[in-house]
Amino acid sequence: MKRVDPQPLSKMATGIGGFDELSGGGLPRNRTTLVMGGPGSGKTVFSLQVLANAARQRDESGIFVAFEERGREVIANAATFDWGLPALAERQIYILDAHLSPTVIQSGDFDLSGILAILKAKKEQMNARWVVFDGIDVLLTLLQDPILEMREIYRIRDWLADSALTAIITAKLDSQTVQGTNYGFMQFMVDCVIRFDRRLEYGVPAHRLQVTKYRGSDFASGEFPLSFGPSGIEVAPPEPPEIIHEASTERVSAGFERFDAMLGGGLFRGSSTLITGAPGTSKTTLIGKFAEAACQRGERTLFVSFDEGADQITRNLSSVGIDLHPHIQSGLLWMYSGRTEARSAEEHLIKLRALIRDHQPRCMVIDPLSAMAKAGGIGAARAVANRLIHLMKDSKITVVISALIEGNDPQAEATDLQISTIADTWIHLSYVVRSGERNRALTIVKSRGTWHSNQVRELVLSETGPVLTDVYSAGGEVLMGTLRWEKEAEEIAKQTQRRVEFEHKQRDLEFAEADTQARIKALELDLQRQQAELALYTLDGKARVLSSSEREDKLRRMRSADQVIDTDPAAILPPPDPVTPGDASGAGAGQSASEEQ
Amino acid sequence: MRRQRIVKPADPTAIAGGMVMQLYVVGGAPNSVQALANLERICQQHLQGHYQLEIVDVLEQPLRALADGVIVTPSLIKRSPLPVTQVVGNLSDPGKVLLALGLPGKSP
Repeated sequence: MKRVDPQPLSKMATGIGGFDELSGGGLPRNRTTLVMGGPGSGKTVFSLQVLANAARQRDESGIFVAFEERGREVIANAATFDWGLPALAERQIYILDAHLSPTVIQSGDFDLSGILAILKAKKEQMNARWVVFDGIDVLLTLLQDPILEMREIYRIRDWLADSALTAIITAKLDSQTVQGTNYGFMQFMVDCVIRFDRRLEYGVPAHRLQVTKYRGSDFASGEFPLSFGPSGIEVAPPEPPEIIHEASTERVSAGFERFDAMLGGGLFRGSSTLITGAPGTSKTTLIGKFAEAACQRGERTLFVSFDEGADQITRNLSSVGIDLHPHIQSGLLWMYSGRTEARSAEEHLIKLRALIRDHQPRCMVIDPLSAMAKAGGIGAARAVANRLIHLMKDSKITVVISALIEGNDPQAEATDLQISTIADTWIHLSYVVRSGERNRALTIVKSRGTWHSNQVRELVLSETGPVLTDVYSAGGEVLMGTLRWEKEAEEIAKQTQRRVEFEHKQRDLEFAEADTQARIKALELDLQRQQAELALYTLDGKARVLSSSEREDKLRRMRSADQVIDTDPAAILPPPDPVTPGDASGAGAGQSASEEQ
Repeated sequence: MRRQRIVKPADPTAIAGGMVMQLYVVGGAPNSVQALANLERICQQHLQGHYQLEIVDVLEQPLRALADGVIVTPSLIKRSPLPVTQVVGNLSDPGKVLLALGLPGKSP
């Protein structure tokens, strides 16, 4: 037989989320891949999905040889996936019904050379690039001879080597089952081996996939969790060993102004925030407020809740003034409510990864992440929480996560999911029970790379949303509830009193000032009067001196007396008048007249 | 290669109740050669020539074999009388072949 010359290994992408990453590009082109695993581990889904993706994404035809089920059963079983298999089965995917009817009687040995001849004809007819042998072991076990089974498998191998087809052979092989020993050689024969595994972990089915062999290629060798979604299998790809996150300095609102102020201006874009607290400490309200603020900025947002329906959450949030309905209707906000009992943390992660890929959110909330630890064991949940946060950081999503803590000690989180060590900001909500009241208190335990308030604040829920109240501390404790109310009332009363006192004092001072001004005015008037009087008095004095000398002259002339020459006018001036200046002018005239007589 | 062998019945009146069969083989593959030999022996012993046998080489008519629902070779299909039955394998177990053909053969 002539073989196709070996070519440098090239790969055919499978289009299965995560698988192409871990296999370094997909399945080996024109080589054979063995897909092995127990019943229900996903072998058939994987193979069909590869064919469907190749047909839809690259228009490559393929043949699916169904040994286990009838062709129409294969199509019916795949109807739950969104591949549109019935339409594909008409053109690009040929499902060859190789299921032996139970009425068929077997008599002696048979071989597969017939079906290989059929396949060759079909391949040429439809120019197929892919072939899947699904459940080959079902047919071959009829031979009831391991040697003959091996012969047929080698026959397939030789045929495939000549056919330039990329092949997938699935077989129910498991290290635990008897068949595994018979088919072990297949692993040496093929170029790539993928092992599917389904097992129960803490009562929750966990699907895993592992590439155990890949000739001529490196591959991620660990076991990777997988889940089944609407588009088929999703594999959780390996995480990059190095952390490469861009640290943004842009701030986004944490929901409301006072909260932002406490955080030194809001949350950093792309950062992760953890809100811990006991049940009823209004974690969901804070988370809802953050989601609403994100939607109001026009940013695509993903609201993930666990064990609480989306409808119930939006209803409850609307009672505290947070209305998410318009954002859900506009498609800006996606709500996803997961059930935690039945699914492992890995499956949740895969689901969230798909949601992130489909919605491309800028902001995301998960309420509460701690619910993921419910099923599947704490160890797995921790690893998942860790990877989830890194995934969101890689996608530059600003995320707020809540985690439930029983009791008031925030350190309890450290023993639970341990998100607090990787979260950038950690806000703790607690109850403060004092004076017969239970009040909510908000503390920022840590906030990386930013100033933040160190004070415990009271969180009050009102009809218009959550509010952080003013801080009153007494005796080293923040006052809350009615104690705060009392303090507030006291403060208001004090202020009123201070205002009254002040106004009183002000009026006093104004009166005193007015009084002084009035007195100044009176004195000024008095001064003017005195000045006027003084001027008048001076003039009168001069006039009097002048008139008396003239009169003496006249008298002398009338008496014909000697002319007095050396008379000193000052000596003739009368002595200073003892009377008040008020009547000086009038009296002066009278006096001088009486002196004349 | 293509072989078609119609065995003429010795008694023409028996044709109506005769058996119509198709044997799907792959060229000279050992199982196919063996099956043909085994079938001819059975027919000679139990049908006394009252049958029609068509030998279909899947290498030559693969799409016909596909349409007929043949997956493995060799494969024998009895078309008539009804019901249609199928036997896979090299027919090395005559008892089972007779059972499939609806013949009251001797148990081996």
